[in-house]
Amino acid sequence: MSGASFQGTRSIPHLTSERLLIKGGRVVNDDQSFYADVYVEDGVIKQVGENLVVPGGVRVVEAEGRMVIPGGIDTNTCLNKAYLDSPPVDDFYQGTKAALAGGTTMIIDHVTPQPGTSLLQVFEQWQEVADRKCCCDYSLHVDIPQWDEGVKDELEVLVQEKGINSFQVYMAYKDLFQMTDTQLYEAFSFLSNLGAVVLVHAENGDLIAQEQKKILEMGITGPEGHPLSRPEELEAEAVFRAITIGNRVNCPVYITRVMSKSAADTLTQARRKGCVVFGEPLTASLATDGSHYWNRNWAKAAACVTSPPLSPDPTTPQHLHTLLACGDLQVVGSGHCAYSTAQKAIGKDNFTLIPEGTNGLEERMGFVWDRAAALGKMDENQFVAVTSTNAAKIFNLYPRKGRIAVGSDADIVIWDPDRIKTITAKLQQSALEYNIFEGMECRGVPVLVVSQGRVVYEDDKLNVQQGTGRFIPRKPFPDHAYQRINTRNKVIGRQAVSRGVYDGPVYDVPSTPKYITPAPSAKTSPTTQQPPPIRNLHQSNFSLSGAQVDDNVPRRSGHRIIAPPGGRSNITSLG
Amino acid sequence: MSFQGKKNIPRLTSDKLIIKGGKIVNDDQSFYADIYIEDGTIKQIGENLIVPSGVKTVDAYGHIVIPGGIDVNTSLQAPHMGMSPADDFYHGTRAALAGGTTMIIDHVVPEPGASLLAAFDQWRDTADKRSCCDYSLHIDITRWHEGMFEELETLVKDHGVNSFLVYMAYKDKYQSSDSQMYEIFSILRDLGAIAQVHAENGDIIDEEQKKLLDLGITGPEGHVLSHSEEVETEAVYRAITIAKQANCPLYVTKVMSKPAADVVAKARKKGMVVYGEPITASLGTDGSHYWSKNWAKAAAFVMSPPLSPDPATPDYLNSMLSCGDLQVTASAHCTFSTAQKAVGKDNFTFIPEGTNGIEERMSIVWDKAVATGKMDENEFVAVTSTNAAKIFNLYPRKGRIAVGSDADLVIWNTKETKTFSAKSHNLTVEMNIFEGMECRGFPVVVISQGRIILEGEKLDVMEGSGRFVPRKAFPDYVYKRIKARSRMAEARGVPRGNYDGPVHDVISMTKSVPPTPTTRGPSCPGKTTAGPARNLHQSGFTLSGTQMDDHIPRRTAQRIVAPPGGRSNITSLS
Repeated sequence: MSGASFQGTRSIPHLTSERLLIKGGRVVNDDQSFYADVYVEDGVIKQVGENLVVPGGVRVVEAEGRMVIPGGIDTNTCLNKAYLDSPPVDDFYQGTKAALAGGTTMIIDHVTPQPGTSLLQVFEQWQEVADRKCCCDYSLHVDIPQWDEGVKDELEVLVQEKGINSFQVYMAYKDLFQMTDTQLYEAFSFLSNLGAVVLVHAENGDLIAQEQKKILEMGITGPEGHPLSRPEELEAEAVFRAITIGNRVNCPVYITRVMSKSAADTLTQARRKGCVVFGEPLTASLATDGSHYWNRNWAKAAACVTSPPLSPDPTTPQHLHTLLACGDLQVVGSGHCAYSTAQKAIGKDNFTLIPEGTNGLEERMGFVWDRAAALGKMDENQFVAVTSTNAAKIFNLYPRKGRIAVGSDADIVIWDPDRIKTITAKLQQSALEYNIFEGMECRGVPVLVVSQGRVVYEDDKLNVQQGTGRFIPRKPFPDHAYQRINTRNKVIGRQAVSRGVYDGPVYDVPSTPKYITPAPSAKTSPTTQQPPPIRNLHQSNFSLSGAQVDDNVPRRSGHRIIAPPGGRSNITSLG
Repeated sequence: MSFQGKKNIPRLTSDKLIIKGGKIVNDDQSFYADIYIEDGTIKQIGENLIVPSGVKTVDAYGHIVIPGGIDVNTSLQAPHMGMSPADDFYHGTRAALAGGTTMIIDHVVPEPGASLLAAFDQWRDTADKRSCCDYSLHIDITRWHEGMFEELETLVKDHGVNSFLVYMAYKDKYQSSDSQMYEIFSILRDLGAIAQVHAENGDIIDEEQKKLLDLGITGPEGHVLSHSEEVETEAVYRAITIAKQANCPLYVTKVMSKPAADVVAKARKKGMVVYGEPITASLGTDGSHYWSKNWAKAAAFVMSPPLSPDPATPDYLNSMLSCGDLQVTASAHCTFSTAQKAVGKDNFTFIPEGTNGIEERMSIVWDKAVATGKMDENEFVAVTSTNAAKIFNLYPRKGRIAVGSDADLVIWNTKETKTFSAKSHNLTVEMNIFEGMECRGFPVVVISQGRIILEGEKLDVMEGSGRFVPRKAFPDYVYKRIKARSRMAEARGVPRGNYDGPVHDVISMTKSVPPTPTTRGPSCPGKTTAGPARNLHQSGFTLSGTQMDDHIPRRTAQRIVAPPGGRSNITSLS
């Protein structure tokens, strides 16, 4: 099946698509920046350069020297994930609107089936809703709620026919989604054979369950119980374990939601050792910290509830930005999953029932600019890499997405690095009544957003249409993740040592598996003589088991040894 | 004292002894003095001691006098698939004494599901009859269930056991889950005991073993391939995380690889109460022998976690010991004859695990660390004896040369060398994994319970003379910090008023509802309905309450109660 046919009717160029010339901007890709004009036709970039020859009647947008960057890719959203049957307040329409207003032109949403349901069915349901509502291109990750044999066939279909190359597994949510290490091992093995990227929600669910019990027993029921029951050690531990399993299986691992310093450091160290692992901090972990869980206002505290939780350590955002800047973390997601205060209030008497998720879709690019690029931590090229290009490479969207180049999709943002915006629920696109970044100032905003060749955001105004977003299928074995994996698979073949057959004496294992009293008389090997009962039986009378070619030291006189013939290298006969 | 029963009576055979002219080396200082011993304890230390006449004099001139070694990890009785180890309490302790170790702590390994107390009694019974030096016992928790709590309590309070081992490996046999470990650790902390772990990820090992056997790898090299360093490191990391959560002191047995040791060291730098125990094998040799063409030799090295194939490992671990990042050396002595090992000749997973090391332990540390200048003689005493005594609450009875301490002493020759060989060792196994290794430093005189056991080449042990040494709970060295943290770490809730804003009505049926907005359940009271095209969740809820720390402007649609003065909770909606 060809790649194009995945897209079905949606691949037909939109009637509304414009011919567009972006003039006088500085094109910023992840590798270089240069001044050039960009000509867009039929939703695709047709020309990049100076003094372009373009047809008449083309709309011209003056960039006035500002940055022209590839539209952002948000790799982690949950716009259709119901909590106890009530969907989040930002659905695909509301959510993608917010995305576009923030400079993000593509999202990858998580399909979250409940245990026991068919992945394929839920996937199709997701696709159906998204096709109807999305205002920007989208793709889907599929979460695996439980591991069993039946899942394997569905995964195969999803990878080979549906254009999905990333699946999430859970190490948390005990008795619901959590997988054991054995299951993780099997899942990783299976997915790496399919060429998929494994996303991991990394927290130790066993310990969380224990801590939650303890904290509820102590009478702590408010949102502060959430971070108290999920200390960052549990996140770091799970990250470590996930990477260990990934490395044993030789499977690329993508840690979603890196929320704490220790988790990020664990990941960094693993990369130093050569593991193929990627880390995704979220808008929330990059812009704010977990001190709000102790807010006296229940609604505010509850709004920050997400898993893994925001770290109470106020230096966390800085640290994560530093790691993003130096390439130790690669991708910025938003983890956008918006529940209203009333929905959050389901857990008003028990923090474990508070639906998890924060906003961040609209604010994502702005905060990375404000906290990293504007401070000189990161240059504009790295900014493009972490907000767009790296995600496109890891999930096999590159160079269609994540780059301004001839032939790429015309998802383009004109970015004003100096304008300052104050974040407030009043002005946001999201339907939430509270924004966890409320009141924060953020330097760097999109002034114009082009999605599929159409100007969708201009002068602070959105001009979108429900259902214009296309599903973008992704092929397995993305080079960025799998080149190294494939090579390693070839070179790390394990070989057995060729030895002769051991034919020395073998101890007779008593067949009764039950506990045997260690009285010496209870067991004898057929070849042994009966020793005196007091003395340890294992002062064995076995003859030494064979020739030992690499052993030139003298032996006990009691042992019979065959002089090893010249180059003989195996142990085959006894004297 | 009542723990010790009749063994507590001074032995008739105990000599009055004076050790003259040696340099006494404790973990904190070294000095020249004579030692007078009577009735199995040290009575006087100093120069020109006044002693009764007719006392036997031992000349220690030119040597150092150190507290006898304590080997905190031996398995001299634990059966493996019905096979008893080749070295039992008699042979094992005899070899221990010959190597300068005067006390061992053996692991009681009950069958999963069996009574801990019964297994403990059985071990005591055998050891009392067979052991030649003082001993104590760890108990392994091979299968956790709630009912075990009372047994643990009895063991700690009445039987003098203060350390228990939990397995993270041996899937479907001994392995404990993270939840179980958390429960066990919490209980051990309350009882004042030390949690020991066998740290390897059993789930991964199990999968890797299957994979390797499928690949046709059946020899001992499969053992090390399936038990990779990462798997050990991961488990150490996880054990430390769990112990941190439970605020329980953790003792990692058998630190075999560099990354595992690093994890322990890092955790200590973060303030964790965790101890690491490298063993004779990991300090003295490496895992290259698993690829030996000689099956019997390769199999002799099989133990878990395995020796690291990285040849730099011993050197690294010795350095970590020297700087205090690792604290205790043990032997993990557990030997099986070649014929016993050969049970796994066609499948490496059946090879009984364990290596020798009880006799070689002290010499190898001296040779690899002290003789090379990594470690001084005081640190040597610390890692071979004193630290163990402190952690397991034997100090200062054991682990120190001081008036009142047990007369377990070793006169140590630091200058000459000795060669290890299966030919000359005091064990019953036909293989010695240190075969041919030449080590500087060995004991010339060993005194246990005030009796000379080894003098020159002559070993004179007495079967059954070893006493069980009970250990009290809450060792200071370990628990002082834990207790202070327990007091500090009380988490507190935030005092808030009751949330009385709108609450979303949870639909009671659990099936998945198609996520179109119109099918959603009944809306909250007071909610206005939004236009159908617009997202329903653009909710018309009034904002839920007063927000005292929120001075920024709100949407006009939201009605807000002006917060009265110091009110700190969210209680009313307009």
